[in-house]
Amino acid sequence: MYNAETSLKASFRSGLEGNASEYRNFLADLTRHLRGYLRKRLPHMQDDVEDLIQEILLAVHNARHTYRPDEPLTAWIHAIARYKLTDYFRTRARKDALTDSIDDQDDIFASTDDEPADARRDIGKLLASLPAKQKMSILHVKLEGRSVAETAHLTGLSEASVKVSVHRGLKALAALVRGTA
Amino acid sequence: MKTEELVDLLATGAEPVSRDTAARRFTLALLVAALGALLLMQWKFGLRPDLASVAYTGLFLAKIALPTCIAIGALIATTRLSRPGAKIGRAQLLVGMPIALVWLAGAIFVCMAEPQDRPLLLFGMSWRTCPFNILMLSIPGFIAVFVAVKSLAPTNLRLAGASAGLLSSSIATIAYCLHCPEMSPAFWSIWYVLGMVLVAALGAALGPKLLRW
Repeated sequence: MYNAETSLKASFRSGLEGNASEYRNFLADLTRHLRGYLRKRLPHMQDDVEDLIQEILLAVHNARHTYRPDEPLTAWIHAIARYKLTDYFRTRARKDALTDSIDDQDDIFASTDDEPADARRDIGKLLASLPAKQKMSILHVKLEGRSVAETAHLTGLSEASVKVSVHRGLKALAALVRGTA
Repeated sequence: MKTEELVDLLATGAEPVSRDTAARRFTLALLVAALGALLLMQWKFGLRPDLASVAYTGLFLAKIALPTCIAIGALIATTRLSRPGAKIGRAQLLVGMPIALVWLAGAIFVCMAEPQDRPLLLFGMSWRTCPFNILMLSIPGFIAVFVAVKSLAPTNLRLAGASAGLLSSSIATIAYCLHCPEMSPAFWSIWYVLGMVLVAALGAALGPKLLRW
């Protein structure tokens, strides 16, 4: 039987050690779980599902340094998803759309869904509005797959500064995502 | 951007994540809180002149122990509340026990005193300013601890804010003990606790705004 905890945890932990392809598998698995969960959960808000998935993925990525290996990964993810959902409804003053509480730990991991819809908000456009240093660092390292050293060479920044810019840029991106409906 | 593309973006070039980020952030925050409170205390109020002679008395150590225990409890609670889904656990006891003890001690001192001495035990000479002095000494720590918590991932913002406020104010109170001449447990049990709670309440009020991520 498929066990979300053990399978996600293995790929997430090698992701934390810098294994990008395992980390991609983790994020892809998580996406399918979130989509299945949110589609069932928010039947009247299908248009928002893809936006929420992206917001939660970004949050999980930006918070990944707060995970401790001795705790259940699914509980940690669930806390982030619940936080982002609550925030989403609060800022959009549509709290009433969420009729019951989201406390059941296993819910997210009970089903999956592979069919993406279109996100309404375009993260690509938000990316373009970041400060130049962050935008260029993310563009080279994260979109074009260049190494930090190459990017440093191309942009004239130091390697440390490239890393910091990517990190800050993704945090800034999450803030932009939060602020747009 | 499609979700698949976002997944690619996040995974591409993912660097190893260091394990001790939270520890480093909190160490820095504690240093700023302690140094900030000490410097402000020295600048605004000065050490109490008889510090050398009282420093090793049981009563003075008990006075220092009150905010110290609360600070340890608040530190544990704050680090836990900075991570998604973590519970406060027994840290509440470390905060609650010293407060219960000082209330008990204060009550005993007041009951045993002659009626005409009781107002002095309760109000000392500085009850009007004491909570606000603690509030002022908390400012550097309040900012530093909030920055540390925000750099992690709190999911209960009100509670995390309260806990961060209590952490900064309990450290400020330790520094304030080096100035404040009041030696009545009844005084500490009201005015020290009030000062600490005031900053915790401020933290609870500002948490949802300042800690959002």
